[in-house]
Amino acid sequence: MDSATLVAVVSIITAGITTGFGCMGPALGEGRSVASAMTSLAQQPDAAPTITRTLFVGLAMIESTAIYTFVVSMILIFANPFWNHFLSQAGGK
Amino acid sequence: MILPSVHITSDQQILWQHGFVKLNETIVTTWAVMIAMTLGSALITRKLATERTISRWQSALEMIVTGIEGQIVEVGLNEPRKYLAFLGTLFLFIGTCSVCIVLPGFTPPTGSLSTTAALALCVFIAVPLFGIREQGIGGYLKTYIKPTPIMLPFNIIGELSRTLALAVRLFGNMMSGVMIVGILLTITPFIFPIVMTLLGLLTGSVQAYIFSILAAVYIAAATRVAKPKPAAEAHPEPSAA
Repeated sequence: MDSATLVAVVSIITAGITTGFGCMGPALGEGRSVASAMTSLAQQPDAAPTITRTLFVGLAMIESTAIYTFVVSMILIFANPFWNHFLSQAGGK
Repeated sequence: MILPSVHITSDQQILWQHGFVKLNETIVTTWAVMIAMTLGSALITRKLATERTISRWQSALEMIVTGIEGQIVEVGLNEPRKYLAFLGTLFLFIGTCSVCIVLPGFTPPTGSLSTTAALALCVFIAVPLFGIREQGIGGYLKTYIKPTPIMLPFNIIGELSRTLALAVRLFGNMMSGVMIVGILLTITPFIFPIVMTLLGLLTGSVQAYIFSILAAVYIAAATRVAKPKPAAEAHPEPSAA
């Protein structure tokens, strides 16, 4: 297996695993935060605007780690510098 | 490995080129949104009225401005007018870019890392500016050694990393929305891309709110420390009297 094929295989597998594993942690964290938000809403319904706003801010912070893994996957698939290096070498020949 | 019809950012779509000056899609959409917002607001605020009959557009703008002011006060900044220009612009610009996704052929400029990095850099520069304006240079620099002087490198790294996080969060959310709709259009062209566009509208609006609220929280943290002193001076008076 030459190095171009190796780069392609490893990039594709890594891109899949990155998004797959990277979304498990944030999903669990968001589930816990929504559960505790619903508990506190049930205990204090008149604090609903504050609780909802804080919930959304917290969800966006947790979501951003999933977004980081998504960006890495996209870079591996669409803007892969190692693959572009091999493409430019093959195009130069 | 590269799908020819799907671009990862709109920076790569070059619409016009003359010599080394390139006009890419990001610049065109940014200026289009800026001009639309400025012209719209200038038209609405031409004749401001304070009596009984206020036009509905002016009422809508007032609702938006008072809403943003209320949110800034809730974050902890007690004089919202000082920060309303900066934070309001962030929210309105990112929000308008997100809402304009429904226009056909529009790629949001916040789906490009250049725009989001520029916005995050604006926040990075604005936080020390507001902090120095409130507390003076010495007072602001003291916040970096606030818990103990050992925390100085961690505070600096924290500043840099939260700027990077702001940029990548907004970029990732907008880019993922555009890319999912683009890929779905090649698979199931009818109902499902519309549902994903709706989801993109929701996440885009939430991200606009998150960006400006986080900027407000950082500014509040940088300007907050001077406040407890007047309360501490007021307390000894009853015991002295």
